Amino acid sequence: MTARAWTIIGCFAVLALLFMLPEVLRPYYLALVTKMLIFALFAMSLDLLLGYTGLASLGHAAYFGVAAYTIALLIVRAGVDSGLAFPVALVAAAATGALFAPLALRARGSYFLMITFALAQVVWSVAFGWRSLTNGDDGIPDVVRPDFGWSLDSTTSFYYFVLAIVGLATLLLVAIVGSPFGRALRGIRESESRMQALGYNVWRYQYVAFVLAAAFAGIAGALYAYYNRFVGPEYLYVVQSAEALIMVILGGAGTLIGPAIGAGLIVFLEDFVSSMTAHWVLVLGIIYVLVTLFAPRGLIGLVDQLRQRRVKP
Amino acid sequence: MTALAVENVSKNFGGVSALANISLNVSRGERRILLGPNGAGKTTLFHTISGAVTPSGGRITLFGIDITRLRPDRRARLGLARTFQITNLFPRLTVLDSMLLALGGASGHSLQLIGSPSGYRSEYDKAHQLLEQWDLVGTARRVVRTLSYGEQRQLEIALALAGQPRLLLLDEPTAGLSPAETRRVVSMVHALPRDMTILMIEHDMDVAFELADRIAVMHQGRLIAEGDQAAIRANKQVTDIYLGAD
Ligand SMILES: Nc1ncnc2c1ncn2[C@@H]1O[C@H](COP(=O)(O)OP(=O)(O)O)[C@@H](O)[C@H]1O
Ligand SMILES: [Mg+2]
Repeated sequence: MTARAWTIIGCFAVLALLFMLPEVLRPYYLALVTKMLIFALFAMSLDLLLGYTGLASLGHAAYFGVAAYTIALLIVRAGVDSGLAFPVALVAAAATGALFAPLALRARGSYFLMITFALAQVVWSVAFGWRSLTNGDDGIPDVVRPDFGWSLDSTTSFYYFVLAIVGLATLLLVAIVGSPFGRALRGIRESESRMQALGYNVWRYQYVAFVLAAAFAGIAGALYAYYNRFVGPEYLYVVQSAEALIMVILGGAGTLIGPAIGAGLIVFLEDFVSSMTAHWVLVLGIIYVLVTLFAPRGLIGLVDQLRQRRVKP
Repeated sequence: MTALAVENVSKNFGGVSALANISLNVSRGERRILLGPNGAGKTTLFHTISGAVTPSGGRITLFGIDITRLRPDRRARLGLARTFQITNLFPRLTVLDSMLLALGGASGHSLQLIGSPSGYRSEYDKAHQLLEQWDLVGTARRVVRTLSYGEQRQLEIALALAGQPRLLLLDEPTAGLSPAETRRVVSMVHALPRDMTILMIEHDMDVAFELADRIAVMHQGRLIAEGDQAAIRANKQVTDIYLGAD
């Protein structure tokens, strides 16, 4: 059978498994898988920048957090319907991206990293400092979940809701990276000057990629606000941005499946490790060092290497 | 008709003057060779024409349009294509994807976010056809960095030609190639449409004299001679530089 056929069979198997999970998992673990799905989307959105366009952002939590805060503020402070807040949050995240992108895109490489980091810190300090609006580091509780005629309050129904949204977003991402636009992003990652010489307005492509990445991060952030029924400044913090970067690098940048797997592993590890030690950030650092030393192309790259070794004895 | 007019273009890198008041006219359909020892400023001149480098002074027009301050991609849209002296390809993409990118850049419709493979059938067919034309069709599914140096140089030219440019800049396309590969590039250039204007940097004298309608010689950022084969061969300053340098 061809690799393509295997991929399709694999996708259906995973989908079937995901559908049946509520039957076999205890609510605690079903909630953990829900969180994995949300962070899988967050990591994939970052990979649109890092792996496909070649832009390493250390501020991706900004868009995740802006969407989460938009949800919370609209619902709790303005009394807006929870379901209606969702599209507004998405637009807010994309608009923040559209605003920040021209600043960040003036730089490349580690300077791009520093600017995206600085911009995210600005958003974080607003969330942290504007106590009258955001409650500062106490965060905003009582973020109710949407109700479309059936309640999303049970772990199972919310899981299916997240599965549907993340599934749709993933389909969109697959279509985007497979389109001529996605190919152009990869071309830009490989050589900006060659793309320019071929007639591509490189800046415009990077700009669109940045805004798209922010929008998809916003979907994840909005879902996470519903998930916890709470938002706090840690959603916007640099640790959140760094965690997303490590998810992408651990799984394998430049693919969609890699960051999703990386996100699943990191979320699982965090849950596991936090029950034993408070030094989660240290553990993250160690994972980062191990991956860069032993699997620079991530777990997906590792699998590729093993496969090639088997083919070539 | 003038295809390319370079008027008093200069470029300083810090204190170094890489180009000093260069003026050059290339007419439509002409094959012009640029000669000169290493460090003469030939590549820098290409960079100012393609937009990779902004000149410190002077003016450049392409088919009558002032392009001195235009972005590189805008110049490409006006029909300018180039190759790079130091191979500049997409190392981790396939040859086919590279060609599709070259075609997309020329047609300019690839800011479409969602694409179906079948919708781009004709683009695929065109890419295959071009790869066949340049003897690269056997490598279509290969990743560019696994190609031989000669194949990569050939792909450089094939990509530049995908958009059917009106002005083609070739920066030492035969450097580092075997004699057989060099012959292939020369016949490739011979086979190009006669109305395509070509400006080519070349170190190999035999290749230069075979392809050139006219030759320009640069030395230390200046244009020191211009003319046909006989004039260049007879130029004392040129022979001095080349005999002195080697
Ligand atoms: N980006 C740059 N920064 C500083 N100096 C440069 C740069 N590019 C070229 N030069 C200098 O300009 C001169 C001309 O270089 P170049 O145009 O590459 O010559 P050629 O292509 O004729 O060999 C050289 O002295 C080179 O060192
Ligand atoms: Mg040169």
